[in-house]
Amino acid sequence: MIELDKTDHIIVRALMRDARVTSKALGEKLGLSQPATWRRIKRLKDSGVISGRRLRLDREKLGLGVTVFLGVKLATKRRVSLEDFERAVSAIPEVLSVEHVLGLYDYRLKVVATDIPDFERVLRRRIMTLPGAGEVEANVLLSEERRPGPI
Amino acid sequence: MLDDVDRRILRQYQAAPDASVAEIAERCALTAASCWRRLEKLESNGVILGHEAVVDWQALGFAVEVSLRITLDKTQTTAFDEFIAKARNVAEVLEIQTFLGKVDVRLSVIARDMAHYQEVYRAHILTLPHIADIEALMHIARIKSDEALPI
Repeated sequence: MIELDKTDHIIVRALMRDARVTSKALGEKLGLSQPATWRRIKRLKDSGVISGRRLRLDREKLGLGVTVFLGVKLATKRRVSLEDFERAVSAIPEVLSVEHVLGLYDYRLKVVATDIPDFERVLRRRIMTLPGAGEVEANVLLSEERRPGPI
Repeated sequence: MLDDVDRRILRQYQAAPDASVAEIAERCALTAASCWRRLEKLESNGVILGHEAVVDWQALGFAVEVSLRITLDKTQTTAFDEFIAKARNVAEVLEIQTFLGKVDVRLSVIARDMAHYQEVYRAHILTLPHIADIEALMHIARIKSDEALPI
């Protein structure tokens, strides 16, 4: 496993805020040369600590006013049904993320929709009809914040 | 506000956030200049909020991820604010979300291993104010995590 020092931590935090910051600008802030900063960033990427880049979009401005988290329990838990369920649920465009969890539910889904009636349509036509889907619990997202995490 | 060309650009950009403006323009059959102008506009009116590096916490040795679904004691009017303010101080908390539904708040918590998780849970989570009930979901696997919006 890769060991990170304090400077790496600052670099990771800076890239989490803005992935487009140049190694030159970042280096100047840290008192490092551009090549030294670039090498550190490359090491973070090569080791998989920084696994990619994501575009942050304003969901509401795109007309997606509702985000709902669904807890889904499977009705049957054979191996085949898990795979069928996972394949089918991942193919739904309104489903942003699918997590296999252990506890009260089997899967946790993040779903977006234009409004509540649209969400109801997605839920009834796409989620409830999934192979193996059983009990579903819905919680409408009111606010969300990401924290920098333990670095 | 957004036309089909804007949506096409966002779809391509979302699928390949590392791509250059020239590459995005080519995929959308636009000139680089007009693609660049549209991207500028999408940023200035806040549709594109930014670019963030995605950190793989597992690569940093955080093997355990738990989703804590928390019900608060809402007889206290300040319960939400006080809970969230304190939760922000816990380094291992990656996400704080508030909901309308059965669950009030959800915390995404990471830890190095189960022993570390137990330590975080006892010392930093259970001591948060106004908790009425906690349910834990342990992450097993991410099936879909690109978070790509249906644009």
